[in-house]
Amino acid sequence: MTAPATDAPTLLEVRSLRKFFPVTEGILARRLVGEVRAVDGVDFTLRRGETLGLVGESGCGKTTTGRCILLLERPTAGEILYDGVDLTRLKHKQLLALRRRIQVIFQDPYSSLNPHMKVGDIIAEPMKVHAIEPDAARRAARVRELLAICGLSPNFADRYPHEMSGGQRQRVGIARALALDPEFIICDEAVSALDVSIQAQIVNLLEDLRERFGLTYLFIAHDLSVVRHLCQRVAVMYLGRIVELADCDELFDNALHPYTRALLDAVPVPDPSVEADRRFRPVKGEVPSPINPPLGCVFHPRCPIAVESCSRIRPELREVRPGHWVACSEVR
Amino acid sequence: MAPLLEIKDLHTEFRTGAGVVRAVDGVSYAVEQGETVAIVGESGSGKSVGALSILRLIPDPPGRITRGEVLFAGRDLMQLPDAQMREVRGGDIGMVFQEPMTSLNPVLTIGRQITETLEQHRRADRAAAHKRAIELLGLVGIADPARRLKQYPHELSGGMRQRVMIAIAIACDPKLIIADEPTTALDVTIQAQILELMNGLTRRLNAALIIITHNLGVVARYAKRVNVMYAGRIVESGPAAAIYHSPRHPYTMALLRSVPRLDRPRRARLDPVDGQPPDLTRLDQGCAFRPRCRFAIEACAKAWPPLEPVGPAGHLCACLRGHEIGAATGAAA
Repeated sequence: MTAPATDAPTLLEVRSLRKFFPVTEGILARRLVGEVRAVDGVDFTLRRGETLGLVGESGCGKTTTGRCILLLERPTAGEILYDGVDLTRLKHKQLLALRRRIQVIFQDPYSSLNPHMKVGDIIAEPMKVHAIEPDAARRAARVRELLAICGLSPNFADRYPHEMSGGQRQRVGIARALALDPEFIICDEAVSALDVSIQAQIVNLLEDLRERFGLTYLFIAHDLSVVRHLCQRVAVMYLGRIVELADCDELFDNALHPYTRALLDAVPVPDPSVEADRRFRPVKGEVPSPINPPLGCVFHPRCPIAVESCSRIRPELREVRPGHWVACSEVR
Repeated sequence: MAPLLEIKDLHTEFRTGAGVVRAVDGVSYAVEQGETVAIVGESGSGKSVGALSILRLIPDPPGRITRGEVLFAGRDLMQLPDAQMREVRGGDIGMVFQEPMTSLNPVLTIGRQITETLEQHRRADRAAAHKRAIELLGLVGIADPARRLKQYPHELSGGMRQRVMIAIAIACDPKLIIADEPTTALDVTIQAQILELMNGLTRRLNAALIIITHNLGVVARYAKRVNVMYAGRIVESGPAAAIYHSPRHPYTMALLRSVPRLDRPRRARLDPVDGQPPDLTRLDQGCAFRPRCRFAIEACAKAWPPLEPVGPAGHLCACLRGHEIGAATGAAA
């Protein structure tokens, strides 16, 4: 946790991002019968050197948002300004050059590493793809250096992923992401699949790398306590929209949106005496289908403070305190 | 009075290409009637295999329960004929598994899966079973139960499926429910709903609950007693308050220290457990936590220490230095 770089220049600006997936019916003649509104109007900015947390439950659109920024998905609408350039308008070649600066770490270190490749080749592959270290010996030296940076012994280069533990594999995934000297890394549930005792190791590694290489992270996760530890600002998503966005401490100490509060309430604290004193009522209902999201505020069917107008009027994100944005008409 | 369930020196092995894995290596504990006991551990610690062994659900080959007794309501489940064992499973002992999609049958309706249990164990006729199934779905908080009974698992959300699993588990008024990571696949708000539901129902039925999880928060909220497992053994066991507030085993202490907590100020750095999880095919006779332990001494390599009392109310710990470590650092950790 470092001091937020409030005056740092903006690195990424996402404007009115939308991503709808078509829903079709029929086997031969596929008819369009609807669309999944995975991301439905998302705006945020990310400053250089900052870590922004993107949290929410499955289906809230946090991963799709990350994939749109990586252009692994073509956005349906909206702009993604990276260092002032709109990624959605770039030609393939220009995009390739920019991709060197943006990397990703995936959730599952079991499925995101090719089981037929040696660890050394996995880490060297981005350098080959981008033709930045044509000399094999120097590439191998760089692989050894990256392994060391990620806390692995250089002789891991000759091993296969299946010979390693989950934590070690995730270190390989991180080394691969670092191979091109990126400035921005999207961590998509990067520690979620790991055991508790290993999770803290990887969180510390991500923090070390951030300091050492001046990295900017978009940290996509559902584990609120890890997000609180690692991030400077946090955006909470629900059903394709950001419902609250604030500095980390402000968000966790003064959550304003009823969904954020429900989310925080639902997390059990690892302490029986704290838990015994907590009065706790789980939020009712389940997340509605993004194919047919509720009108008005998407949270209103589950919301404990909803009023009549919530089912009609979609609340926009408003700045209720400096830097604290909330999409709820009932929050003053 | 004898406890409801008493497990004595249970051993389960798996033969793998890399050698024999002793997934459960001499586990003993007891569960009293109506009590909630948590089994905590990380992947490979043997917590799930231990629970499946109670019900003799270990696929053989490659697995085999090699030794031990499981005394349930006075009978040793390990000695029961298969037919009687089938009566116990889903009858006196209900089960809730992690992945409700794979543990429900995808080609049978929800209703059929509930009534099947009732017809099997309670010899209920169709009409009575149907009526009871509607009642059960209501109990687990599913609205419009008559319509839901006709649906298939894929038509339900993850949370709904887990509610159905719970309905099946409680269908025959079990004395014990074994829940193996019941909420791990679910979102946090749904997890909270399901746990509250299970907690409420087990109290109402006065059933005991064994909850297997890696989530230390879930344990703190619901369990009265906790068994911490590492590499196939229980390394620490005791009342939840003792385990959380004065842990004696270095692994328990390290585990509790490593998790960030929402109720505490942010820390500059997390304090992880060093090293890698144990490779179960390469364990020696010594304590398996030794390579990662900050307190390890030479004697730790000789033998795995037995569980011994370290505090009141049945607080047990399997560590040579359990007494001195707890006294020196327990309060701080």
